[in-house]
Amino acid sequence: MKQYLNVITAYLIMFTLIILVGIFQSWSLALTILNYCLISAVMTIGANIQWGYAGLINFGIMGYTALGGLAVVLVSVAPVGEAWSVGGLNMMICLGVIIGIVFSIRLTLKKIAKSKKRNYLITAIIIIGILLLRLISAPAIESIEAVEPAKTGFLGGLGLPVLFSWIAGAFLAGGLAFVVGKVALGLRADYLAIATLLIAEIVVSIIKHEDWLARGVKNVIGLKRPAPYEINLQQSPWFIDLIEKFHSGKLALINSVSEKQDVLNQLVIDASSVYVKLCFTGLFLTVVIILLIVTQKALYSPWGRMMRAIRDNEEAAGAMGKNVVKQHLLIFILGSAIVGIAGAMMVTNDGLFTPGSYRPMRYTFVIWVMVIVGGTGNNFGAILGGFVVWFLWVEAAPIALFFINLFTAHLPETNEIRVHLINSAPYFRFLVIGTALLVIMRFRPQGILPEKIIKN
Amino acid sequence: MDFINAIIVLLNYTIIPALTYGSQLALGAIFVTLIYGILRFANFATGDMMSFGTMFAVLLTYYFQSLGINLGIFPTALITIPLATFMMILYMLSIDKFVFEYYRIKKSPPVQLAMVSVGVMFVTQAIIRIIIGPADRTFLDGEKFILKASEFKEITGLNEGLTIKSTQAITIVITMIAVSIMFWFLNKTKTGTSMRAYSDNEDLALLSGIDPKKVVLITWIIAGILATIGGVLYGLDKSYRPFVYFNNMLPIFAAAIVGGIGNPFGAFLGGYVIAFAEIFLTYAYKKFFTYILPEALEPNSMMQILSTDYKFAVSFSILVIVLLFRPSGIFKGKTL
Repeated sequence: MKQYLNVITAYLIMFTLIILVGIFQSWSLALTILNYCLISAVMTIGANIQWGYAGLINFGIMGYTALGGLAVVLVSVAPVGEAWSVGGLNMMICLGVIIGIVFSIRLTLKKIAKSKKRNYLITAIIIIGILLLRLISAPAIESIEAVEPAKTGFLGGLGLPVLFSWIAGAFLAGGLAFVVGKVALGLRADYLAIATLLIAEIVVSIIKHEDWLARGVKNVIGLKRPAPYEINLQQSPWFIDLIEKFHSGKLALINSVSEKQDVLNQLVIDASSVYVKLCFTGLFLTVVIILLIVTQKALYSPWGRMMRAIRDNEEAAGAMGKNVVKQHLLIFILGSAIVGIAGAMMVTNDGLFTPGSYRPMRYTFVIWVMVIVGGTGNNFGAILGGFVVWFLWVEAAPIALFFINLFTAHLPETNEIRVHLINSAPYFRFLVIGTALLVIMRFRPQGILPEKIIKN
Repeated sequence: MDFINAIIVLLNYTIIPALTYGSQLALGAIFVTLIYGILRFANFATGDMMSFGTMFAVLLTYYFQSLGINLGIFPTALITIPLATFMMILYMLSIDKFVFEYYRIKKSPPVQLAMVSVGVMFVTQAIIRIIIGPADRTFLDGEKFILKASEFKEITGLNEGLTIKSTQAITIVITMIAVSIMFWFLNKTKTGTSMRAYSDNEDLALLSGIDPKKVVLITWIIAGILATIGGVLYGLDKSYRPFVYFNNMLPIFAAAIVGGIGNPFGAFLGGYVIAFAEIFLTYAYKKFFTYILPEALEPNSMMQILSTDYKFAVSFSILVIVLLFRPSGIFKGKTL
């Protein structure tokens, strides 16, 4: 019990803070923060597997998050029949061509010995393949994007329930991680960081500009959700009854019938949004708990010990007969797949897919700050980091505003410095996050909850 | 005649813009490479540090304009560069003192320093946005064009016009001057040689009595000068927006690695490689081919290899290819 005391205290403080937000701001906001904290926690679990367990630095989190989001569109949106009929066949042929390119390259790599001739052959295959792709896809893309451009203009998805997309997101992200890992894992740590960062940018720019796939920057809105819609809740009698019962004391104080109805309506509207968010919280919490159990088990299994051995001394682990390259690739795929789940969860939570919003600042660097602040190599730490940093990220602006008002209280309302500072309050979040990272790196490099090695 | 027209089209739409953009990238890439070679970490705050220096140039330009000081046909920003550079160096040195020095003395692994530089990136970004805000700003004044398309057509009697913006000329000239001085300094002076020695083999350099503190100080000063000049030139040519500077960090990294990280000359050429690749691969060659091909063969498509949306993606793809086939970069930088 005693060894878990710091974990319990840290989490208690965190939940108290969220409850304080509920009391002072609103419960709906508190739940929004909590939901995003949980999503961030999933991302940090993924990043922590790579960095904390294996020492792989992956700055491409943004790419995997975006792919997870893409999975939601591809899985849950109903297929657009007209688009499929005008361009579906060509796009399928393109998919075939891509598979053909990959396999012919693999074949050449296998059959022909390393030489200049082989390189030329591969280049030729790629160039011919790309020309073929352009030729086949160009007319199809044009006609797909012409199908009701304001509403659809893309192929749509499979029309399956949205929860499947979380799994699909994991597979998509894992698939990308396999390719990236094959290409980049041999690089030294900081090169790997740069390479993954840039590859993630390529992925996002493809998602942004291939409109036939997921409407690109035109966004996909009104995605399915695994929770009831507010508007349906507000009309269902059982929900209204529940709210009436819940607030019966408060309602009994009001005498006039019409006024009572008004108050009740307002309460139902408020409660419906809270209820929906609670549904999401339940789902996310399930995911986090499952992942936490699995990753904890993995960390203290022989496999986890091997990963730590590889992290701490690659040469020694290799000399003991462990396949370092294979294990690195495996853990790179696993971590990225978890990040993919988080990306899908986030898009599901928002109900819309906005490729334009994927920026490295928010989806890569903030996640990294979470892992480092929370504690590398410790899953409880990583999750706590997700909570703390997300909380700071959201609440930094109101807190900064409070302090600005406090310190400039003696200045008149129209004072230029005061007005300027109040306008720039949102940017204090960067300052807070950056300072938090610098302070932690300097004075507690192992994070708030450091890695624990259990020896038995 | 058609042939000359075709060349003018290429010059106007690809070569001159690519030279300009390449110069801006090259300055940034040398900054990255110097920090990497001598201080031994990948500086993720590169873009924001350039932005920081430019911010002072923008603010000082506005101040000078309000005082009525200007350079006539040249942009006022040019006189603000020395002052902005000074502020920039001060900022960099204080960051080094309070943040990086600790890890350098502790001999932390490069990854940790890179992580710390992410923290510096956040803080710098916050400071910039709090001081100047995230808005888009232009601070170019003076004469906008050296050669206008209409004038060029009049002089030569060609169909196609050639436009040379003053910012393009200024960018290329200043870059050449700054880079030549830097190479002269690195290769011919004693301090420069000691810097290269320190970069090649730290222990041996220390053994031969090179003062590491001085090397680090000079590195930051050179880096500050290059970063500010690069940032200001980019801002003059396009416009100043903090977010764009952060994004520019990515092609700059690509340029530095493609050229061979740790090798300033490689970084310099890497900037142009990236810029030319970006512009050549995303330019629509329709006009060019209508001039050089006989009428029967004229293309009816845009003749564009990639849509301009993929401008950034091009440079990153080049980087990935280089990393795959020649991980030490085109000009042999540090090995991985």
